[in-house]
Amino acid sequence: MRTKYIEEIAIKVLMAVSLLTVFGLVAGIIWTIFHRGWSCISWEMIFSLPGGGFYIGKEGGFLNAIVGSVYIVAASTFLGLLVSIPVVFYLNVFLKGNSRFAYVARLAYDVLFGIPSIVYGAFAFTLMIWLGMRTSLLGGILVTTLLIIPILIRSMDEVAQNFPRDLLEASYALGATRLETMGVVLRQIMPGIATATLLSIGRAIGDAAAVMFTAGFSDSIPTSLTQPAATLPLSIFFQLSAPQAEVQNRAYAAALVLTIIVLIISLTGRFITHRFSKNKI
Amino acid sequence: MFRRIFKRTAGEHTIESNDNTFVPDAKFQHIDAHSQLEVRNLNLSIDGQAILKDVNLQIPKNKVTCIIGPSGCGKSTLLKTFNRLIDSVEGIKIDGRIALGDCDIINSTGAELIELRRRIGLVPQRPCPLPMSIFDNVAYGCRIHGIRGRRQLEAVVRHYLQEVGLWDEVKERLREPATRLSIGQQQRLCLARSLAVEPEFILADEATSALDPISSKTVEDLFVKLKEHYSIIMVTHTLRQALRIADYIVFIYMGEVIEAGDKETFMHSQNELTQKYLKGVFS
Repeated sequence: MRTKYIEEIAIKVLMAVSLLTVFGLVAGIIWTIFHRGWSCISWEMIFSLPGGGFYIGKEGGFLNAIVGSVYIVAASTFLGLLVSIPVVFYLNVFLKGNSRFAYVARLAYDVLFGIPSIVYGAFAFTLMIWLGMRTSLLGGILVTTLLIIPILIRSMDEVAQNFPRDLLEASYALGATRLETMGVVLRQIMPGIATATLLSIGRAIGDAAAVMFTAGFSDSIPTSLTQPAATLPLSIFFQLSAPQAEVQNRAYAAALVLTIIVLIISLTGRFITHRFSKNKI
Repeated sequence: MFRRIFKRTAGEHTIESNDNTFVPDAKFQHIDAHSQLEVRNLNLSIDGQAILKDVNLQIPKNKVTCIIGPSGCGKSTLLKTFNRLIDSVEGIKIDGRIALGDCDIINSTGAELIELRRRIGLVPQRPCPLPMSIFDNVAYGCRIHGIRGRRQLEAVVRHYLQEVGLWDEVKERLREPATRLSIGQQQRLCLARSLAVEPEFILADEATSALDPISSKTVEDLFVKLKEHYSIIMVTHTLRQALRIADYIVFIYMGEVIEAGDKETFMHSQNELTQKYLKGVFS
């Protein structure tokens, strides 16, 4: 009896400590960002482009990076979903349960999942040189799409694999085609799609390495796909590497903006998921 | 497709209570109402293992036919062959012929298969509502077969929910998710969903085994009532249930049809296996 009691206490303490560690880390990061960013964040920072000498502490803002990041994340999430939703449907609705091809495909996505983003960046950079492309918004979008496709597929697949087979049969038994049955599947895995999208947005917006060689950096807002574009993580990186403390603080202001964007997207995503999952089984 | 998925129709459903006026959509008119379901020399194997051996059957019209036999004897497989849901099983090999009127079930593909599945409805073992509202569940079949008119759909939903005795219980909450219903109600909803596409046959795969005694009595009574308009084929592993509701009994043992005939004949059968089964020596 006594050992059982002690075991339970020990496990409880362990869980509490783990939770507090994670919570403490998150709180620490957010506190640092707020503490150093809040003092120098201003509307000018958010709504103006970098002026001459912005990176040595003169006037201006990082609107270029905000807009660049939003462009890249929006476009790559859209493209990523366009590619990965059909893949997930194919793996789960069209292929039979023990398909060898599905097994190999899943393994491949797992491997892609683990490849560091700098490798994606370097790979795309080589490809761009070979194609004669220069750093551009398009390059950034494409490499970010490649980066998030494995995340999208694997997290949607996880939900789709638990999809009740009875539902497919119920739909087929009424005379539905596979295409029509996808409507049912889509409703059922909608929360999974939403979660996958949020995860991949988080990854896409925070990644610096993949876009460094491909999207490049620019002080102006790109007006076409062939122009280079700035991104928030790179903007943070460049400002943090400056020797002046005030420029470093600006990096935290940019990080603050990034955090707030992610927060807004997450909250909206959760709200939408909640609305669409009410019929879920 | 997206418009259909995200569409939210608001508002109450006030449909005239005069139910006699219900007419199924022209798309669902029975072409050949006297078509028989006939099985000839059916052999079925999965990965080389014989599941059904030389099955010959003639399912009577407008009767409740119960397929009985011990677990694993091939009852459900036979049932799933009728509407070709067996296709999703890997390593399947079918020989022989199953015909519904002029329609060759085993060899039908494409549009023919879809029409076949519409003509042969299924009530699954465990109720399986689609992830939609109660209304959309019943209307789903009609929608995929191209019936979109709101008035017609409302009439269909009302008619078939009344048919399964669910209307009074759910008429106030047609927009709620179907999963909020009790299991017994869900099973009747599934039945209404099958009926809504105007089938001729209804397959029920142990349709009451997941239900409580009261709900399963309700569903049994429904089948007996429905045989006026439909032919019902029910797989069951409870002999007593078969004796309660069946008009015609098919007894399968180890993939072979031992006995097929009306209830009286079955109960007084001289076959040794049948007698043993009736006495409960094995079940």
